[in-house]
Amino acid sequence: MIELENVAYSYGGGDLFGGVSFRLEPGSFHFLTGPSGAGKTTLLKLCYGALRPTSGHVRLFETDLAAMERDAIALVRRRIGVVHQECQFLNHLNVADNIALPLVVAGRDMLAASPNLKDLIGWVGLKHRDKALPSELSGGERQRAALARAVIASPDAILADEPTGNIDWDMSQRLLRLLIDLNRSGKTVLLATHDLGLIRAAKAQVQARVLRIADRQIQIAGTDL
Amino acid sequence: MTAVFQQIIEIFEAEAAGAIVPRSGINAALTGFSAAAMAFLAVFAIALALTAGQLAQRWSDELAGHATIRIVAPQNDIENRTAAVLQMLEATPGVTFARALDQEEQRDLLAPWFGADLPVHMLSLPQLIEVHHEGREFDADTFGQRLTEKVPEALLDDHTRWQQPLAAASKRLRGVAFLSFVLSFGVTAAVIALAAQGALAANAQIISVLRLIGARDSFIEAAFVRRFTLRAVFGAAAGGLVGALAVSILPGSQPEGALLAGLGLNGWQWIWLFLIPPLAGVAAFAATLGAARRMLRDLP
Repeated sequence: MIELENVAYSYGGGDLFGGVSFRLEPGSFHFLTGPSGAGKTTLLKLCYGALRPTSGHVRLFETDLAAMERDAIALVRRRIGVVHQECQFLNHLNVADNIALPLVVAGRDMLAASPNLKDLIGWVGLKHRDKALPSELSGGERQRAALARAVIASPDAILADEPTGNIDWDMSQRLLRLLIDLNRSGKTVLLATHDLGLIRAAKAQVQARVLRIADRQIQIAGTDL
Repeated sequence: MTAVFQQIIEIFEAEAAGAIVPRSGINAALTGFSAAAMAFLAVFAIALALTAGQLAQRWSDELAGHATIRIVAPQNDIENRTAAVLQMLEATPGVTFARALDQEEQRDLLAPWFGADLPVHMLSLPQLIEVHHEGREFDADTFGQRLTEKVPEALLDDHTRWQQPLAAASKRLRGVAFLSFVLSFGVTAAVIALAAQGALAANAQIISVLRLIGARDSFIEAAFVRRFTLRAVFGAAAGGLVGALAVSILPGSQPEGALLAGLGLNGWQWIWLFLIPPLAGVAAFAATLGAARRMLRDLP
Protein backbone atom coordinates (compact mmCIF):
# COMPACT_ATOMS: atom_id res chain seq x y z
CA MET A 1 0.00 0.00 0.00
CA ILE A 2 2.63 2.54 1.13
CA GLU A 3 6.21 1.46 0.60
CA LEU A 4 9.52 3.21 1.14
CA GLU A 5 12.57 1.60 -0.41
CA ASN A 6 16.05 2.75 0.53
CA VAL A 7 14.79 6.30 1.05
CA ALA A 8 17.11 9.10 2.08
CA TYR A 9 16.11 12.65 2.87
CA SER A 10 18.46 15.58 3.25
CA TYR A 11 17.51 18.86 4.82
CA GLY A 12 19.57 22.01 5.22
CA GLY A 13 22.69 20.35 3.85
CA GLY A 14 22.59 17.38 6.24
CA ASP A 15 21.06 13.92 5.99
CA LEU A 16 17.98 13.58 8.18
CA PHE A 17 17.91 9.86 7.52
CA GLY A 18 19.08 7.42 4.88
CA GLY A 19 18.47 3.87 3.67
CA VAL A 20 14.96 3.77 5.11
CA SER A 21 12.81 0.89 3.90
CA PHE A 22 9.45 -0.35 5.14
CA ARG A 23 6.06 -1.31 3.82
CA LEU A 24 2.63 -0.66 5.29
CA GLU A 25 0.42 -3.62 4.45
CA PRO A 26 -3.36 -3.18 4.09
CA GLY A 27 -5.10 -3.35 7.47
CA SER A 28 -1.88 -3.00 9.49
CA PHE A 29 -1.33 -0.71 12.48
CA HIS A 30 2.06 0.94 12.87
CA PHE A 31 3.48 3.38 15.32
CA LEU A 32 6.28 5.67 14.22
CA THR A 33 8.33 6.87 17.13
CA GLY A 34 11.61 8.53 17.92
CA PRO A 35 12.98 11.60 19.69
CA SER A 36 11.90 15.09 18.75
CA GLY A 37 13.60 16.25 15.55
CA ALA A 38 14.34 12.68 14.44
CA GLY A 39 12.21 13.14 11.32
CA LYS A 40 8.84 11.59 12.16
CA THR A 41 6.86 14.35 10.48
CA THR A 42 9.21 14.29 7.50
CA LEU A 43 8.80 10.55 7.12
CA LEU A 44 5.04 10.90 7.33
CA LYS A 45 5.10 13.62 4.65
CA LEU A 46 7.10 11.30 2.42
CA CYS A 47 4.34 8.75 2.87
CA TYR A 48 1.69 10.99 1.31
CA GLY A 49 3.83 12.75 -1.25
CA ALA A 50 4.10 16.11 0.48
CA LEU A 51 7.88 15.71 0.26
CA ARG A 52 10.04 13.92 -2.29
CA PRO A 53 12.93 11.75 -1.15
CA THR A 54 16.49 12.85 -1.91
CA SER A 55 17.10 9.30 -3.10
CA GLY A 56 15.29 5.99 -3.07
CA HIS A 57 11.71 5.20 -3.97
CA VAL A 58 8.34 5.96 -2.41
CA ARG A 59 5.54 3.79 -3.78
CA LEU A 60 1.94 4.74 -3.09
CA PHE A 61 -0.57 2.07 -4.03
CA GLU A 62 2.05 0.33 -6.17
CA THR A 63 2.93 3.48 -8.14
CA ASP A 64 6.28 5.21 -7.82
CA LEU A 65 5.80 8.77 -6.54
CA ALA A 66 8.50 10.03 -8.91
CA ALA A 67 6.46 8.91 -11.89
CA MET A 68 3.21 10.51 -10.74
CA GLU A 69 1.66 13.62 -12.31
CA ARG A 70 0.25 16.26 -9.98
CA ASP A 71 -3.32 15.09 -10.59
CA ALA A 72 -2.34 11.50 -9.82
CA ILE A 73 -0.80 12.61 -6.51
CA ALA A 74 -4.04 14.44 -5.67
CA LEU A 75 -6.06 11.29 -6.38
CA VAL A 76 -3.73 9.15 -4.25
CA ARG A 77 -4.07 11.62 -1.37
CA ARG A 78 -7.82 11.00 -1.39
CA ARG A 79 -6.99 7.41 -0.42
CA ILE A 80 -4.80 8.57 2.47
CA GLY A 81 -6.41 10.47 5.33
CA VAL A 82 -3.95 12.63 7.21
CA VAL A 83 -4.31 14.06 10.72
CA HIS A 84 -1.79 16.86 10.90
CA GLN A 85 -0.08 17.95 14.06
CA GLU A 86 -1.57 21.46 13.78
CA CYS A 87 -4.86 20.09 12.37
CA GLN A 88 -4.83 22.69 9.55
CA PHE A 89 -8.44 23.77 9.33
CA LEU A 90 -9.94 26.47 7.17
CA ASN A 91 -10.69 28.98 9.89
CA HIS A 92 -13.63 30.65 8.11
CA LEU A 93 -15.56 27.37 7.76
CA ASN A 94 -17.37 25.69 10.63
CA VAL A 95 -16.48 22.25 11.95
CA ALA A 96 -18.99 20.37 9.77
CA ASP A 97 -17.84 22.13 6.61
CA ASN A 98 -14.19 21.50 7.48
CA ILE A 99 -14.87 17.81 8.03
CA ALA A 100 -16.76 17.63 4.70
CA LEU A 101 -13.93 19.29 2.75
CA PRO A 102 -12.48 16.07 1.29
CA LEU A 103 -15.92 15.26 -0.16
CA VAL A 104 -16.21 18.72 -1.70
CA VAL A 105 -12.72 18.43 -3.14
CA ALA A 106 -13.49 14.99 -4.54
CA GLY A 107 -16.60 16.41 -6.19
CA ARG A 108 -19.03 14.33 -4.22
CA ASP A 109 -22.24 16.14 -3.41
CA MET A 110 -22.18 17.42 0.14
CA LEU A 111 -25.91 16.92 0.69
CA ALA A 112 -25.78 13.34 -0.51
CA ALA A 113 -23.03 12.69 1.99
CA SER A 114 -24.86 14.49 4.75
CA PRO A 115 -26.09 11.44 6.81
CA ASN A 116 -22.58 10.03 6.74
CA LEU A 117 -21.24 13.41 7.85
CA LYS A 118 -23.66 13.58 10.77
CA ASP A 119 -22.80 10.02 11.83
CA LEU A 120 -19.14 10.81 11.65
CA ILE A 121 -19.48 14.00 13.68
CA GLY A 122 -21.38 11.98 16.28
CA TRP A 123 -18.73 9.23 16.22
CA VAL A 124 -15.98 11.70 17.14
CA GLY A 125 -18.24 13.25 19.80
CA LEU A 126 -18.66 16.67 18.18
CA LYS A 127 -22.40 16.56 17.53
CA HIS A 128 -23.00 19.69 19.61
CA ARG A 129 -20.02 21.51 18.09
CA ASP A 130 -20.66 21.04 14.38
CA LYS A 131 -21.49 24.73 13.78
CA ALA A 132 -18.55 26.02 15.81
CA LEU A 133 -15.54 27.62 14.14
CA PRO A 134 -12.19 25.84 14.53
CA SER A 135 -10.91 28.68 16.72
CA GLU A 136 -13.68 27.91 19.21
CA LEU A 137 -12.61 24.27 19.69
CA SER A 138 -10.40 22.86 22.45
CA GLY A 139 -7.24 20.93 21.59
CA GLY A 140 -8.96 17.55 21.92
CA GLU A 141 -11.95 18.67 19.87
CA ARG A 142 -9.65 19.93 17.12
CA GLN A 143 -7.84 16.60 16.98
CA ARG A 144 -11.11 14.66 16.81
CA ALA A 145 -12.42 16.99 14.08
CA ALA A 146 -9.16 16.47 12.18
CA LEU A 147 -9.60 12.71 12.50
CA ALA A 148 -13.17 12.95 11.22
CA ARG A 149 -11.95 14.95 8.22
CA ALA A 150 -9.22 12.39 7.58
CA VAL A 151 -11.69 9.50 7.39
CA ILE A 152 -14.81 11.04 5.81
CA ALA A 153 -13.88 10.04 2.27
CA SER A 154 -13.26 6.42 3.37
CA PRO A 155 -9.52 6.39 2.74
CA ASP A 156 -7.55 3.16 2.69
CA ALA A 157 -4.89 4.48 5.05
CA ILE A 158 -4.79 6.98 7.91
CA LEU A 159 -1.60 8.78 8.84
CA ALA A 160 -1.65 10.71 12.11
CA ASP A 161 1.13 13.06 13.16
CA GLU A 162 1.33 13.44 16.96
CA PRO A 163 -2.46 13.60 17.27
CA THR A 164 -2.23 13.41 21.05
CA GLY A 165 0.54 15.97 21.39
CA ASN A 166 -1.56 18.78 22.87
CA ILE A 167 -4.30 16.91 24.69
CA ASP A 168 -4.72 15.23 28.07
CA TRP A 169 -4.41 11.51 28.73
CA ASP A 170 -8.13 10.75 28.71
CA MET A 171 -8.59 12.49 25.41
CA SER A 172 -5.53 10.67 24.03
CA GLN A 173 -7.13 7.37 24.98
CA ARG A 174 -10.38 8.39 23.32
CA LEU A 175 -8.59 9.35 20.13
CA LEU A 176 -6.59 6.12 20.20
CA ARG A 177 -9.79 4.10 20.49
CA LEU A 178 -11.16 5.86 17.41
CA LEU A 179 -8.01 4.95 15.47
CA ILE A 180 -8.21 1.34 16.67
CA ASP A 181 -11.87 1.21 15.56
CA LEU A 182 -10.82 2.39 12.14
CA ASN A 183 -8.07 -0.23 11.97
CA ARG A 184 -10.54 -2.93 12.94
CA SER A 185 -12.72 -1.82 10.06
CA GLY A 186 -9.82 -2.56 7.72
CA LYS A 187 -7.98 0.75 7.50
CA THR A 188 -4.21 0.91 7.56
CA VAL A 189 -3.00 3.20 10.35
CA LEU A 190 0.37 4.86 10.82
CA LEU A 191 0.55 6.92 13.98
CA ALA A 192 3.58 9.09 14.68
CA THR A 193 4.10 9.78 18.36
CA HIS A 194 6.84 10.20 20.93
CA ASP A 195 4.43 9.10 23.67
CA LEU A 196 5.54 5.61 24.70
CA GLY A 197 2.67 5.39 27.20
CA LEU A 198 0.21 5.71 24.35
CA ILE A 199 1.97 2.93 22.43
CA ARG A 200 1.88 0.63 25.46
CA ALA A 201 -1.81 1.37 25.97
CA ALA A 202 -2.51 0.59 22.33
CA LYS A 203 -0.66 -2.70 22.36
CA ALA A 204 -3.14 -4.07 24.85
CA GLN A 205 -5.91 -3.51 22.31
CA VAL A 206 -4.41 -3.97 18.88
CA GLN A 207 -1.55 -5.81 17.21
CA ALA A 208 0.75 -3.01 16.22
CA ARG A 209 4.28 -2.77 14.94
CA VAL A 210 6.60 -0.02 15.99
CA LEU A 211 8.94 1.79 13.62
CA ARG A 212 11.58 3.68 15.55
CA ILE A 213 13.77 6.37 13.99
CA ALA A 214 17.20 6.26 15.59
CA ASP A 215 20.64 7.16 14.27
CA ARG A 216 19.13 8.31 10.97
CA GLN A 217 17.77 4.81 10.38
CA ILE A 218 14.46 3.04 10.86
CA GLN A 219 14.45 0.19 13.37
CA ILE A 220 11.48 -2.11 13.22
CA ALA A 221 10.65 -3.06 16.77
CA GLY A 222 8.06 -5.63 15.81
CA THR A 223 5.36 -6.09 18.36
CA ASP A 224 7.73 -5.35 21.21
CA LEU A 225 9.01 -2.03 22.33
CA MET B 1 -8.61 22.32 -27.57
CA THR B 2 -11.40 20.15 -26.14
CA ALA B 3 -9.46 19.91 -22.87
CA VAL B 4 -9.27 23.71 -22.69
CA PHE B 5 -13.04 24.08 -23.20
CA GLN B 6 -13.64 21.34 -20.66
CA GLN B 7 -11.52 23.21 -18.14
CA ILE B 8 -13.39 26.46 -18.79
CA ILE B 9 -16.71 24.68 -18.23
CA GLU B 10 -15.37 23.05 -15.05
CA ILE B 11 -14.31 26.42 -13.73
CA PHE B 12 -17.72 27.99 -14.17
CA GLU B 13 -19.48 24.96 -12.71
CA ALA B 14 -17.17 24.92 -9.71
CA GLU B 15 -19.39 26.75 -7.25
CA ALA B 16 -18.25 24.45 -4.48
CA ALA B 17 -14.64 25.47 -5.07
CA GLY B 18 -15.60 29.15 -4.98
CA ALA B 19 -17.38 28.71 -1.66
CA ILE B 20 -14.23 27.42 0.03
CA VAL B 21 -12.22 30.60 -0.46
CA PRO B 22 -13.24 33.46 1.86
CA ARG B 23 -15.40 36.03 0.07
CA SER B 24 -14.13 39.23 1.58
CA GLY B 25 -10.87 40.84 0.67
CA ILE B 26 -9.44 44.00 -0.77
CA ASN B 27 -8.01 42.08 -3.73
CA ALA B 28 -11.38 41.03 -5.05
CA ALA B 29 -12.79 44.53 -4.58
CA LEU B 30 -9.77 45.95 -6.40
CA THR B 31 -10.46 43.65 -9.32
CA GLY B 32 -14.03 44.87 -9.74
CA PHE B 33 -13.02 48.50 -9.39
CA SER B 34 -10.09 48.31 -11.82
CA ALA B 35 -12.20 46.46 -14.39
CA ALA B 36 -14.90 49.12 -14.06
CA ALA B 37 -12.41 51.98 -14.43
CA MET B 38 -10.70 50.40 -17.42
CA ALA B 39 -14.03 49.63 -19.09
CA PHE B 40 -15.03 53.26 -18.60
CA LEU B 41 -11.84 54.36 -20.38
CA ALA B 42 -12.28 51.68 -23.04
CA VAL B 43 -15.68 53.17 -23.96
CA PHE B 44 -13.97 56.49 -24.70
CA ALA B 45 -11.22 54.73 -26.64
CA ILE B 46 -13.86 52.98 -28.77
CA ALA B 47 -15.74 56.25 -29.26
CA LEU B 48 -12.54 58.04 -30.23
CA ALA B 49 -11.51 55.30 -32.65
CA LEU B 50 -14.89 55.20 -34.35
CA THR B 51 -15.22 59.00 -34.46
CA ALA B 52 -11.71 59.34 -35.89
CA GLY B 53 -12.64 56.84 -38.57
CA GLN B 54 -15.85 58.67 -39.40
CA LEU B 55 -14.08 62.03 -39.55
CA ALA B 56 -11.37 60.62 -41.78
CA GLN B 57 -14.02 59.32 -44.12
CA ARG B 58 -15.98 62.56 -44.02
CA TRP B 59 -12.96 64.77 -44.64
CA SER B 60 -11.77 62.51 -47.37
CA ASP B 61 -15.18 62.41 -49.07
CA GLU B 62 -15.65 66.15 -48.81
CA LEU B 63 -12.24 67.00 -50.19
CA ALA B 64 -12.04 64.24 -52.77
CA GLY B 65 -14.89 65.46 -55.00
CA HIS B 66 -13.96 69.12 -54.86
CA ALA B 67 -11.30 71.43 -56.24
CA THR B 68 -10.69 75.17 -56.16
CA ILE B 69 -9.23 77.36 -58.88
CA ARG B 70 -7.60 80.63 -57.86
CA ILE B 71 -7.15 83.38 -60.45
CA VAL B 72 -4.75 86.20 -59.64
CA ALA B 73 -5.06 88.87 -62.32
CA PRO B 74 -5.55 92.64 -62.64
CA GLN B 75 -9.13 93.66 -61.77
CA ASN B 76 -9.92 94.79 -65.31
CA ASP B 77 -8.92 91.42 -66.72
CA ILE B 78 -10.18 89.06 -64.04
CA GLU B 79 -13.67 88.62 -65.50
CA ASN B 80 -12.26 87.51 -68.87
CA ARG B 81 -9.93 85.02 -67.19
CA THR B 82 -12.75 83.71 -65.05
CA ALA B 83 -14.95 83.19 -68.11
CA ALA B 84 -12.14 81.39 -69.92
CA VAL B 85 -11.57 79.05 -67.02
CA LEU B 86 -15.30 78.32 -66.66
CA GLN B 87 -15.43 77.59 -70.38
CA MET B 88 -12.55 75.15 -70.03
CA LEU B 89 -14.24 73.47 -67.10
CA GLU B 90 -17.46 73.03 -69.06
CA ALA B 91 -15.52 71.09 -71.67
CA THR B 92 -13.59 68.99 -69.17
CA PRO B 93 -14.79 65.39 -68.61
CA GLY B 94 -15.72 64.56 -65.02
CA VAL B 95 -16.55 68.15 -63.98
CA THR B 96 -20.12 68.15 -62.71
CA PHE B 97 -20.39 71.69 -61.48
CA ALA B 98 -18.32 74.88 -61.55
CA ARG B 99 -19.04 78.41 -60.49
CA ALA B 100 -17.20 81.55 -59.50
CA LEU B 101 -17.68 82.71 -55.93
CA ASP B 102 -19.31 86.17 -55.69
CA GLN B 103 -18.07 89.02 -53.47
CA GLU B 104 -20.50 88.12 -50.72
CA GLU B 105 -19.10 84.59 -50.45
CA GLN B 106 -15.51 85.85 -50.60
CA ARG B 107 -16.33 88.21 -47.71
CA ASP B 108 -17.79 85.28 -45.72
CA LEU B 109 -14.60 83.33 -46.24
CA LEU B 110 -12.47 86.19 -44.95
CA ALA B 111 -14.83 87.19 -42.14
CA PRO B 112 -13.20 84.99 -39.47
CA TRP B 113 -9.94 86.92 -39.93
CA PHE B 114 -11.01 90.47 -40.93
CA GLY B 115 -14.56 90.79 -39.62
CA ALA B 116 -17.96 90.76 -41.33
CA ASP B 117 -17.81 94.38 -42.61
CA LEU B 118 -14.72 93.96 -44.78
CA PRO B 119 -14.98 96.21 -47.91
CA VAL B 120 -14.15 93.45 -50.36
CA HIS B 121 -14.78 95.65 -53.42
CA MET B 122 -11.87 97.86 -52.38
CA LEU B 123 -9.41 95.00 -52.17
CA SER B 124 -7.58 93.29 -54.93
CA LEU B 125 -8.59 89.73 -54.14
CA PRO B 126 -8.05 86.66 -56.28
CA GLN B 127 -11.15 85.15 -57.89
CA LEU B 128 -12.08 81.72 -56.58
CA ILE B 129 -13.89 79.09 -58.63
CA GLU B 130 -15.53 76.17 -56.91
CA VAL B 131 -15.34 72.93 -58.89
CA HIS B 132 -17.22 69.68 -58.22
CA HIS B 133 -16.01 66.63 -60.06
CA GLU B 134 -16.34 62.87 -60.21
CA GLY B 135 -13.03 61.71 -58.87
CA ARG B 136 -12.28 58.91 -61.36
CA GLU B 137 -13.07 60.76 -64.60
CA PHE B 138 -11.46 64.02 -63.61
CA ASP B 139 -7.70 64.03 -64.21
CA ALA B 140 -6.46 66.86 -61.99
CA ASP B 141 -2.85 66.71 -63.23
CA THR B 142 -3.76 66.96 -66.93
CA PHE B 143 -6.34 69.64 -66.30
CA GLY B 144 -3.83 71.59 -64.15
CA GLN B 145 -1.29 71.56 -66.99
CA ARG B 146 -3.88 72.69 -69.57
CA LEU B 147 -5.03 75.42 -67.21
CA THR B 148 -1.49 76.76 -66.77
CA GLU B 149 -1.02 76.80 -70.55
CA LYS B 150 -4.30 78.56 -71.39
CA VAL B 151 -4.75 80.81 -68.34
CA PRO B 152 -1.35 81.21 -66.66
CA GLU B 153 -2.90 83.43 -63.94
CA ALA B 154 -5.06 80.49 -62.73
CA LEU B 155 -3.94 77.87 -60.28
CA LEU B 156 -5.72 74.57 -59.57
CA ASP B 157 -5.90 73.30 -55.98
CA ASP B 158 -7.28 69.75 -56.02
CA HIS B 159 -7.14 69.60 -52.15
CA THR B 160 -4.66 66.72 -52.19
CA ARG B 161 -2.28 68.62 -49.93
CA TRP B 162 -5.10 68.97 -47.36
CA GLN B 163 -6.62 65.58 -47.86
CA GLN B 164 -3.50 63.48 -47.33
CA PRO B 165 -2.32 64.97 -44.00
CA LEU B 166 -5.87 64.92 -42.66
CA ALA B 167 -6.32 61.29 -43.65
CA ALA B 168 -2.92 60.43 -42.14
CA ALA B 169 -3.73 62.33 -38.94
CA SER B 170 -7.06 60.62 -38.52
CA LYS B 171 -5.45 57.24 -39.21
CA ARG B 172 -2.89 57.95 -36.50
CA LEU B 173 -5.63 59.09 -34.16
CA ARG B 174 -7.48 55.87 -34.80
CA GLY B 175 -4.28 53.93 -34.12
CA VAL B 176 -3.75 55.75 -30.83
CA ALA B 177 -7.36 55.07 -29.84
CA PHE B 178 -6.98 51.38 -30.69
CA LEU B 179 -3.74 51.24 -28.70
CA SER B 180 -5.53 52.88 -25.75
CA PHE B 181 -8.25 50.24 -26.02
CA VAL B 182 -5.70 47.40 -26.02
CA LEU B 183 -3.72 49.03 -23.21
CA SER B 184 -6.82 49.39 -21.06
CA PHE B 185 -7.29 45.61 -21.20
CA GLY B 186 -3.57 45.04 -20.68
CA VAL B 187 -3.70 47.18 -17.54
CA THR B 188 -6.86 45.37 -16.43
CA ALA B 189 -5.10 42.03 -16.86
CA ALA B 190 -2.02 43.29 -14.99
CA VAL B 191 -4.04 44.67 -12.08
CA ILE B 192 -6.10 41.48 -11.86
CA ALA B 193 -2.94 39.36 -11.99
CA LEU B 194 -1.54 41.36 -9.07
CA ALA B 195 -4.84 41.15 -7.18
CA ALA B 196 -5.06 37.41 -7.84
CA GLN B 197 -1.49 36.94 -6.70
CA GLY B 198 -2.32 38.83 -3.52
CA ALA B 199 -5.43 36.74 -2.96
CA LEU B 200 -3.50 33.53 -3.60
CA ALA B 201 -0.78 34.58 -1.17
CA ALA B 202 -3.37 35.59 1.44
CA ASN B 203 -5.02 32.19 1.07
CA ALA B 204 -1.80 30.17 0.89
CA GLN B 205 -2.74 28.13 3.96
CA ILE B 206 -6.13 27.24 2.47
CA ILE B 207 -4.52 26.21 -0.82
CA SER B 208 -1.95 24.11 0.99
CA VAL B 209 -4.68 22.32 2.99
CA LEU B 210 -6.73 21.71 -0.14
CA ARG B 211 -3.75 20.15 -1.92
CA LEU B 212 -3.03 17.92 1.06
CA ILE B 213 -6.59 16.59 1.25
CA GLY B 214 -6.53 15.65 -2.42
CA ALA B 215 -7.66 18.71 -4.37
CA ARG B 216 -6.52 18.72 -7.98
CA ASP B 217 -4.87 21.90 -9.26
CA SER B 218 -7.89 22.57 -11.50
CA PHE B 219 -10.18 22.61 -8.43
CA ILE B 220 -8.03 25.23 -6.68
CA GLU B 221 -7.59 27.24 -9.89
CA ALA B 222 -11.35 27.19 -10.39
CA ALA B 223 -11.99 28.72 -6.97
CA PHE B 224 -9.93 31.79 -7.82
CA VAL B 225 -10.43 32.04 -11.58
CA ARG B 226 -14.21 31.90 -11.27
CA ARG B 227 -14.30 34.60 -8.63
CA PHE B 228 -11.90 37.00 -10.36
CA THR B 229 -13.40 36.47 -13.81
CA LEU B 230 -16.94 37.14 -12.62
CA ARG B 231 -15.78 40.21 -10.70
CA ALA B 232 -14.03 41.53 -13.79
CA VAL B 233 -17.06 40.87 -16.01
CA PHE B 234 -19.50 42.59 -13.64
CA GLY B 235 -17.05 45.43 -12.94
CA ALA B 236 -16.49 45.97 -16.67
CA ALA B 237 -20.23 45.88 -17.32
CA ALA B 238 -20.81 48.57 -14.68
CA GLY B 239 -17.88 50.69 -15.90
CA GLY B 240 -18.98 50.26 -19.52
CA LEU B 241 -22.50 51.34 -18.65
CA VAL B 242 -21.29 54.48 -16.88
CA GLY B 243 -18.93 55.17 -19.82
CA ALA B 244 -21.80 54.76 -22.29
CA LEU B 245 -23.93 57.21 -20.28
CA ALA B 246 -21.03 59.67 -20.21
CA VAL B 247 -20.52 59.38 -23.97
CA SER B 248 -24.23 59.77 -24.65
CA ILE B 249 -24.37 63.13 -22.84
CA LEU B 250 -21.35 64.59 -24.66
CA PRO B 251 -22.14 67.49 -27.05
CA GLY B 252 -23.19 66.30 -30.50
CA SER B 253 -21.33 66.83 -33.74
CA GLN B 254 -20.98 70.48 -34.72
CA PRO B 255 -21.17 71.87 -38.28
CA GLU B 256 -17.52 72.91 -37.98
CA GLY B 257 -16.66 69.25 -37.55
CA ALA B 258 -14.65 69.83 -34.41
CA LEU B 259 -13.35 66.45 -33.30
CA LEU B 260 -14.09 66.60 -29.57
CA ALA B 261 -17.54 68.05 -30.10
CA GLY B 262 -18.36 65.16 -32.42
CA LEU B 263 -17.04 62.39 -30.10
CA GLY B 264 -19.71 59.76 -29.67
CA LEU B 265 -21.35 56.60 -30.92
CA ASN B 266 -24.21 56.24 -33.35
CA GLY B 267 -26.58 53.41 -34.21
CA TRP B 268 -24.89 50.04 -34.55
CA GLN B 269 -21.66 51.39 -33.08
CA TRP B 270 -23.12 50.95 -29.58
CA ILE B 271 -22.85 47.17 -30.14
CA TRP B 272 -19.09 47.50 -29.72
CA LEU B 273 -19.61 48.27 -26.04
CA PHE B 274 -21.07 44.79 -25.47
CA LEU B 275 -17.62 43.41 -26.23
CA ILE B 276 -16.07 45.10 -23.19
CA PRO B 277 -17.33 42.79 -20.38
CA PRO B 278 -16.42 39.53 -22.22
CA LEU B 279 -12.98 40.93 -23.11
CA ALA B 280 -12.42 41.94 -19.47
CA GLY B 281 -13.51 38.42 -18.52
CA VAL B 282 -11.00 36.85 -20.90
CA ALA B 283 -8.23 39.10 -19.54
CA ALA B 284 -9.15 38.22 -15.94
CA PHE B 285 -9.44 34.51 -16.75
CA ALA B 286 -5.98 34.38 -18.32
CA ALA B 287 -4.36 36.56 -15.64
CA THR B 288 -5.81 34.62 -12.69
CA LEU B 289 -5.16 31.23 -14.23
CA GLY B 290 -1.54 32.21 -14.89
CA ALA B 291 -1.08 33.49 -11.33
CA ALA B 292 -2.69 30.37 -9.82
CA ARG B 293 -0.58 28.01 -11.93
CA ARG B 294 2.64 29.82 -11.00
CA MET B 295 1.77 29.47 -7.32
CA LEU B 296 0.62 25.84 -7.47
CA ARG B 297 3.77 24.84 -9.33
CA ASP B 298 5.72 25.43 -6.10
CA LEU B 299 3.40 23.37 -3.91
CA PRO B 300 3.86 19.61 -3.37
